[in-house]
Amino acid sequence: MKTGITKLTFLSASLLFSNAILAQSASGDSGYFITTIGIIAAVLFLGVLLMVADNLMLVEANKAGVSKKGNFSLFPNLKEIFKPKLPKGIKVPAEKVTILKKGYDMNLEGGITSDAVHVSKVSRFAIQPKNFLGLSPIPKVEVQVGDSVKAGDHIMFDKKNPAVRFTAPVSGEVIEINRGEKRSIKEIVILADKELSARTLETFNLKEGTREALVEYLLDSGFWPCIRQRPYHVMAEADVIPTNIFISTFNTAPLSPNLNVVIRGNETAFQKGLDVLGKLTDGKVHLGLSATDASPVFKNAIGVEKNYFYGPHPAGNVGVQIHHTDPMKTSDKVWTLDVQDVVNLGNMFLTYTYVQHKVVALTGAELKAPKLVLTYAGASLEELLKDNLKNPEARIISGDVLSGQQKDHNSYLNFFNDQITVVEEGDEYEMFGWLKPIKDRPSVSGTYPNFLFGDTKFRANTNTQGERRAFVLTGQYEEMMPMDILPQHLIKAIITNDYERMEGLGIHEIVEEDIALAEFACTSKQPLQKILREGLDMMIDQG
Amino acid sequence: MALLDFLKKIEPDKKKSPFLHTLYDGFFTFAYTPNSVTKDGVHLRDPMDLKRTMIQVVVALTACYIFGIWNTGHQHFVALGENLGYFQAFHLKMVYGIIKLLPIFIVTHVVGLGIEFFFAAKKGHAIEEGFLVSGALIPLIMPPDIPLLWLAFSVAFAVIIGKEAFGGTGMNIWNIALLARAFIFFAYPTTISGDEVWVAGIESTAAGSPAQYGWAVHMFDGLFEWLGWNSFPEAATVVDGYTGATPLALAASGGWESATAVYSPGQMFWGAIPGSMGETCKPLILLGAAMLLLTRIASWRIMAGMVFGGALMALFLNLWGASPFMDVPWYYQFYMGSFFFAMAFMATDPVTASSTKQGKWVYGFLIGFVGMIIRVMNPAYPEGWMLSILLINTFSALIDNSFVNQNIKKRLARA
Repeated sequence: MKTGITKLTFLSASLLFSNAILAQSASGDSGYFITTIGIIAAVLFLGVLLMVADNLMLVEANKAGVSKKGNFSLFPNLKEIFKPKLPKGIKVPAEKVTILKKGYDMNLEGGITSDAVHVSKVSRFAIQPKNFLGLSPIPKVEVQVGDSVKAGDHIMFDKKNPAVRFTAPVSGEVIEINRGEKRSIKEIVILADKELSARTLETFNLKEGTREALVEYLLDSGFWPCIRQRPYHVMAEADVIPTNIFISTFNTAPLSPNLNVVIRGNETAFQKGLDVLGKLTDGKVHLGLSATDASPVFKNAIGVEKNYFYGPHPAGNVGVQIHHTDPMKTSDKVWTLDVQDVVNLGNMFLTYTYVQHKVVALTGAELKAPKLVLTYAGASLEELLKDNLKNPEARIISGDVLSGQQKDHNSYLNFFNDQITVVEEGDEYEMFGWLKPIKDRPSVSGTYPNFLFGDTKFRANTNTQGERRAFVLTGQYEEMMPMDILPQHLIKAIITNDYERMEGLGIHEIVEEDIALAEFACTSKQPLQKILREGLDMMIDQG
Repeated sequence: MALLDFLKKIEPDKKKSPFLHTLYDGFFTFAYTPNSVTKDGVHLRDPMDLKRTMIQVVVALTACYIFGIWNTGHQHFVALGENLGYFQAFHLKMVYGIIKLLPIFIVTHVVGLGIEFFFAAKKGHAIEEGFLVSGALIPLIMPPDIPLLWLAFSVAFAVIIGKEAFGGTGMNIWNIALLARAFIFFAYPTTISGDEVWVAGIESTAAGSPAQYGWAVHMFDGLFEWLGWNSFPEAATVVDGYTGATPLALAASGGWESATAVYSPGQMFWGAIPGSMGETCKPLILLGAAMLLLTRIASWRIMAGMVFGGALMALFLNLWGASPFMDVPWYYQFYMGSFFFAMAFMATDPVTASSTKQGKWVYGFLIGFVGMIIRVMNPAYPEGWMLSILLINTFSALIDNSFVNQNIKKRLARA
């Protein structure tokens, strides 16, 4: 208010002054200059008048207590006018839905067509220490080759963090302990029994037990590594009370499994899992739901905040959902979990055994029969894909094509992935490949007439489509990330090791999967996920 | 497959002859997309890469090239008073234009690409495609009669000092094509300012001065005579009352009335006026701009900002009206000079422009605003976009910085 009055006084004085000079000057060239100044002064005066009136209106509305009910400002709210609208057919009321416009839904060949879940015949399962960020490369392994274990038995722990125990996904015999570079443990392989037997855990009374007792229970049971913490996507720290817990109930990554199908038959377990999680946080458990198609299991969950999202990939990423629900501050610690892990948690409190069930989607154009398979965590890829590969030279990816990891045949599914994608290797030369007006590959560029082809499914192929160059085009990454972040500047800050800038630009808000789509779209073929991981590691080292 | 095998066989060794290898690599990746696959990151890549981006811009410029070729010929004949109809002696005009354009085009590319290949070989990396666009833009902004040696110097200056010294493609601060023109402007000013430089093939605009034809024209003369078509008027001279001035030069001295005495607004808009090859035909430039906007290669924010800035300043100057040039109605300011060309192809260069969304608005606005000042109030030279774009290029990172800091402050204020 005070600054408004000061401005008013100053401007009215200058207006009077200039008018006086105008009146005195003879008509001539200098008069025009003064007139222009006078006009500008008049416009500014009017503007300040309007602003002051606007402020007064808002103050009155606040006093009367109706300011929240409508827009009492003099100026129309541009955000409201240009707000994106939901399409017809969405049953969720529009105020509850966050509409995201940026991103890209990649339609690929090789998706799953039926909802049937097949039971797998996989016999070998492995725990891979590299899957867990923050775990030292050589954890203390508590079993030896030849030992018999039950599902839920302790297998290994980190010497620096001995409270967190890692347990066997299945019961059986430990057949291999493979080491990687520098004697790090690459994987501990278990040959599964025909009948699964699990370690019985103590009972735990959820209503009466304290939070500390619950945390100890979870640490001992082997469930703790399933909880990941943001920032930096590391394993949750046991002495932290998270601000919130977020779970995304829909997957928008290319060819990813439909979680509505996966959750069928697991309603009680899911709700139980949510109850347990509610006890772990001081804030709320947030569920991110799809506005177009959410299962009733998610919609009817109790004791959680439900947030609806509508938009292309990466709307299903939990990082994007966190940003639009309760953006992270630099000091915040937030936990995230996958839906299937919540189901396993619920089952743990219903049956007092911890079995790491996993429904895995086998997808990709190079598979003969894409399907959903019910198995356990860490399943052998060779056995999962047996008799299903069209071409033995195809690339096997644990995860989706954007943020998954390339694996070879005798490797195992990564712990946090519920999908395998098999795509064609693109190791052939293509004549004038960059000049062709139409291509059978997914692209976000306006130079391909993909918008004409609607729902066509594209053929995936791992060719780099050009070589790495310096950053040239700008604004590309922002179009693929529906968050209020400047990705190109963040990446440049990481490359130049500028810690303050990294933190200021929001490195604690994103992880690799959030920037994966921008890396796909990048014209200069920069390795954004790798650079981001280096940046995240730098921030972790800093403490 | 046979071609591919042949090409693989003749590949020069990387260590023994690095320059030849870089040259080979450049042409090979032009013909074939390399067969490398993705590693450690995203598994699929968008087929859009830098080569494709650059080619799109060159395709958008093609219409301007074709028109520019015709216009070079047409203006030459208008000066001589012959073949005044637009489609009269069409073959002569096109041939004349090509004879004028081709040496400039070839020299630009040979010098520019040669320097780029040399630096790429020295640094050991692949040839980067940045010069495809600069090389396509430079012939469109040079006068048609420019001595080729001076053109070569300017291209060498722009590429070596403007680009390679900073680190190559993607690292330059100033627009390369405009740096080449700026070099000519400051080092050889008589070739780029004055009344007769924008019309090809005449020595001066004084009446009676002869047309100048070289060996290439004589060669075509023979062909056309044998075919029985019109041929070049060897003994022609400049007609009485001809002024080779561009509309902008006329308006600078006498205002809008002066300009419309010689050229109608329709002529100015459609482009049958003297000027540099690319800047005259506004509809074709706007077509190119539309292509770039539709394929999302150029930023509409920069273009819109520049139009706003230019219009606002032109309005202010109209209000002031101290000279006849300032009195040119603000919407007619866009009809003259190279505003649209600078807007569509020079200002939107993503490397030298600001990178944040809001930054692009400010950047475009400042270019328009300052450029109009330079155009109207500069006594020595009646066009301002080259200088304005080079000036604001210097500040594009600073403009960005303020918006990046805003983003940072907003985020830290949450904590």
